[in-house]
Amino acid sequence: MHDPYEDHYPDKVDLKLWREILRFAKPFRRELGLLIVVVIGVALVDALFPYMNKIAIDQFVVPQTTEGIGWFVGGYLAIVVIQALNVYLFITTAGKVETGLSYEIRKHGFIRLQELSLSFYDKKAVGWLMARMTSDVNRLGEIVSWGCVDLFWGSASMVVYTAVMFALNWRLALVSLAVVPLLVVVSLFFQKRILREHRQVRRLNSRITGAYNEGITGATTTKIMSREEQNLAEFSQLTGSLRASAIRAAVYSSLFLPIVLLLGSTGTGLALWYGGKSVLQGAVSYGVLVAFISYTLQFFEPVREMARVFAELQAAHASAERVISLIQTEPEIKDSPEVVAKYGSSLKLSANSQLPPLRGDITFEHVSFAYNPDEPVLTDFNLEVKAGETIALVGETGAGKSTVVNLACRFYEPTSGRILIDGVDYRTRPLLWLHGSLGYVLQSPHLFSGTIMENIRYGRLTATDEEVIEAAKLVNAHQFIMKLEKGYQTEVGEGGGLLSTGEKQLISFARAVLANPRIFVLDEATSSIDTETELLIQEAIKKVLQGRTSFVIAHRLSTIRSADRIVVIRGGAIQEQGTHEELMQAKGYYYRLYMNQFLDEQQNSLLRV
Amino acid sequence: MKSIRLLWNYMHGNRLTYLGAILSVGMAALFTIMGPLVIRITIDSIIGDQPMTAPFPILSFMEGYDVRPLRQALWIPGMLLITITLLRGIFIFLRGRLSAQASETTARKLRDRLYDHLQYLPYSYHKQADTGDLIQRCTSDVETIRRFLGAQFVEVGNALFMVTFSAYVMLSLDKRMTLISLAVVPVIFTFAVVFFRKVRTAFQTADEAEAEMTTVLQENLTGVRVVRAFANQAFEIEKFEEKNSAHRHKVFHLIWLLACYWGSSDFLALAQIAIVAAAGAYFTAQGSLSIGTMVVYSSYVGMLLWPVRQMGRILTDMGKALVAAERIQEILDAPREVLEENFNKPEIKGGIVFDNVYFGYEPDKPVLKGISFTVEPGQTVGILGHTGSGKSSLMHLLVRLYDYQGGSIKVDGVELKEIDKKWIRRHVGVVPQEPFLFAKTIRENITLARSDAQDEEVFQIAKDAAIHDVIMQFDKGYDTLVGERGVSVSGGQRQRIAIARALITHSPILIFDDSLSAVDTETDLAIRQALRGRARRATTFLISHRITSLSNADLILVLDDGQIVQAGTHEELVNEPGLYQRIWDLQASLAEEAVE
Repeated sequence: MHDPYEDHYPDKVDLKLWREILRFAKPFRRELGLLIVVVIGVALVDALFPYMNKIAIDQFVVPQTTEGIGWFVGGYLAIVVIQALNVYLFITTAGKVETGLSYEIRKHGFIRLQELSLSFYDKKAVGWLMARMTSDVNRLGEIVSWGCVDLFWGSASMVVYTAVMFALNWRLALVSLAVVPLLVVVSLFFQKRILREHRQVRRLNSRITGAYNEGITGATTTKIMSREEQNLAEFSQLTGSLRASAIRAAVYSSLFLPIVLLLGSTGTGLALWYGGKSVLQGAVSYGVLVAFISYTLQFFEPVREMARVFAELQAAHASAERVISLIQTEPEIKDSPEVVAKYGSSLKLSANSQLPPLRGDITFEHVSFAYNPDEPVLTDFNLEVKAGETIALVGETGAGKSTVVNLACRFYEPTSGRILIDGVDYRTRPLLWLHGSLGYVLQSPHLFSGTIMENIRYGRLTATDEEVIEAAKLVNAHQFIMKLEKGYQTEVGEGGGLLSTGEKQLISFARAVLANPRIFVLDEATSSIDTETELLIQEAIKKVLQGRTSFVIAHRLSTIRSADRIVVIRGGAIQEQGTHEELMQAKGYYYRLYMNQFLDEQQNSLLRV
Repeated sequence: MKSIRLLWNYMHGNRLTYLGAILSVGMAALFTIMGPLVIRITIDSIIGDQPMTAPFPILSFMEGYDVRPLRQALWIPGMLLITITLLRGIFIFLRGRLSAQASETTARKLRDRLYDHLQYLPYSYHKQADTGDLIQRCTSDVETIRRFLGAQFVEVGNALFMVTFSAYVMLSLDKRMTLISLAVVPVIFTFAVVFFRKVRTAFQTADEAEAEMTTVLQENLTGVRVVRAFANQAFEIEKFEEKNSAHRHKVFHLIWLLACYWGSSDFLALAQIAIVAAAGAYFTAQGSLSIGTMVVYSSYVGMLLWPVRQMGRILTDMGKALVAAERIQEILDAPREVLEENFNKPEIKGGIVFDNVYFGYEPDKPVLKGISFTVEPGQTVGILGHTGSGKSSLMHLLVRLYDYQGGSIKVDGVELKEIDKKWIRRHVGVVPQEPFLFAKTIRENITLARSDAQDEEVFQIAKDAAIHDVIMQFDKGYDTLVGERGVSVSGGQRQRIAIARALITHSPILIFDDSLSAVDTETDLAIRQALRGRARRATTFLISHRITSLSNADLILVLDDGQIVQAGTHEELVNEPGLYQRIWDLQASLAEEAVE
């Protein structure tokens, strides 16, 4: 399992990776081009301002004349307007690139997530995937757009300033710029450390959030265990490290600025000393001296920005690596090229694909399966299910019940052996053929935010309102829905949080019924719900199972008894099978399971009011 | 005003440091202002021929000196400039260092205080608390305050000092130029404040769009099986596309607004610089202004504009800190559980007498109505009853999570209400039905209340709780992490770890609050046998739905609607009509059915 807080940063920049990222930026080639041009424009205009001061001094001040000052003011204002437009343009363009690139990467990532097999989801925590699709993508969008801005502006500024200074007076330029190499080294040194501490601060912050969560949800345990002092001591250690790390980051930043300023002013000081001497000797004009002073003061800004971008590039590199690896992951289960050629893509079947409707005979032929190569779950598993038959799967946790269901639904494929549906190996048919005829009700029902109507319709997107209501009526959900203030238009909240578990289950039944599946899978809930809803659910189950090939991972006695056949699974193989009566008479493993497990259920139901 | 006082209180112990930070802000501003003055003197009075002037008190001691001889030693003003920058740098460093120390220490104290306070809030508070909201307050609200103290307030201080100092210096040099230099500043400032206030909704819309997109993503990922089972991938892609592109456009709109702001604000700022340059050139050409002074004005304008533009953003953000302080204070104002430290700490052997005990979570709705029974040390009491019959309340009373309102409970002859809360909790081991495990290793979870326990003892206890073998199967054994970042343990495993956690304290009183419900009957039996085999038998309360679990108890209580309706041993109750008998008969009939 991946740690959702995992953060690892490589030291080298991998160009291949960035080429991949830039592939996503292709639609924004023009914007990126414009961005570079505008940003270089900004740098050029920035360099003009000190030059304007030079003109002011050399043209008007020293000769003591105001002649032509109107032109000067006009020119200056024109530059101001151009620069304001430049700023507007580069922010807008960079914004376009940033949002567009994030959009593109997210879109591709999401599509890939829809194609990836469930085995992928078993290995990656939702939190980990979320982090890739949100913060990592954001970071990539930012670094490509604004990183581009800073890099081009920074290098253009440095080139232009240097060029102008050399053009004005190369000797003075050499003297004034003597400190620049040092400036670069110092900037890189500090930016790296500042960024590292900031990452540490972020990491500690998320741990502190976790600690609060634990402290609050575990408050009663803490009380009962009288563990308040130790907890606080542990927590305080965390906040102590956070404080230390944050102060360290602040110390680096507050050392960095003065050192850069000092280096900058050393440049200015040198300019003043050498330039002043030259002015006295008449080799340099007043205006040039003033311009040099401004240039040296401005020089450290691009250096600082570039150092920051280089430091950030390293952090972004890790993001890029993770995002690209997500997008490049190949699904383990997918339609073979032949199937795609014949029937269309894995997300949408081509309209003219002539597939026979699914009847529902399922046959496991010598099926073996393992999630990990060294831990076989099923070995040489054989089972024949006729269309319309209801199979109850019974066994202890970990015996392999869910695996049988996962294989039947083709969420996984056998490692060896094959599974036939209607007499055909299902691998020769598209995934959608099977999945389109599947109904699935989970132990913990999952709803999407939206209205009840939308949630039921999820079973068949083309269903009319009447059909939705019909389905709800069939599974006894209609009554409770109508009791709600907004009826079918009631919002269920995120994850269905505004409804009770029983209500969510009823809705998930309606959803499954609406899909009118040929194959139905029910992973029965163990959690207890109030008796009234419980009864409604029992009835619903009966109706849903009728006439469909069904697999039930059963916990309730009544469900098991009503099955056509009970398949008892133990250690990845079928231990016994038959009807309830047959198995009870055999007094085997099922009998023992039944006595232990279902006795509890009976007692519980007596104790529930 | 109240929230400002709150902030002031939180800063206790760090106020002097913070004062130091603010003084450093002022000093740094002062030295920043001085730099251009040195350049001015160099240009005007050393290189040029103007008499030396300087505004009081900055460098004014040099006034009137003829500094022209320094022409031969221009490295001196150069060094002076560097020295001033060095001093400025020292204060910038101090400003950052001291404000970080003050704000980070304040934030840390606040975090610790919140954490500790939450621990001591009574059970009733936690029962109805919204965890997400509490965490939000403890993290982002503290962060808001930290940022306010550490950065925003300092920034505002910096801007104020800069404006004041430079205005003073400028006024002493030239009134006309001062007026011209500061003309646009109030406009820029007002513009910034108004803009960021207006644009707040755009920030919000962008945040909301992101939240909506995240929700679709999250629901898709957690519901991946549903999506696949209904083959709705194409529909999901479309749904995400809609949110993804809405997010794109909302964020872009925000950036566009910011582009408009920075564009126009840059226009204003640059126009101000242009005006100063032009006016400076004009006056200097006329001879009414020196070159050096002109340089001073253009430098100052550059220095002032940035902090003033930042102010708009900071001022709108600052209001949040005051709200945050109030939200935090709401938690800190919630009354703590009264622990009555240094109360009675009697030796506890495990003899318990309930005498006509009344209790209700709300006084007028009693949950327990006149409960009386007696338990000798080392005895086992089984409790059976419907959901809501008051079984768990009984247990809450024993560890003093609540206090009874009527009657008396005596533990070894001492009234329970008069025993120190922590003392009694230390002597009662409780295993709840849905135990909470900490995100630590299994070993740490077991030794939670006794971190000094040695491995052998831990292993033995784990064996008693029938969990040792399971633990050894994990790759890292007892060092396996539990929870989000480690392995997920099943309900039954969780219960058994919690049992080990309770057993390791060797408490004279043990409570199992339906804590074997997720364990199969055989393991249940094994655990109960291990309990009985322990050297010093604890007084044990067993709440269970399973009649077999209760059948060996010395005393079985059947609770209904807050009253004991039946009491006795298994043999007695089986022969008495009632709930106990009904369940017992059911078991028998099931066994019969099986035989048929």
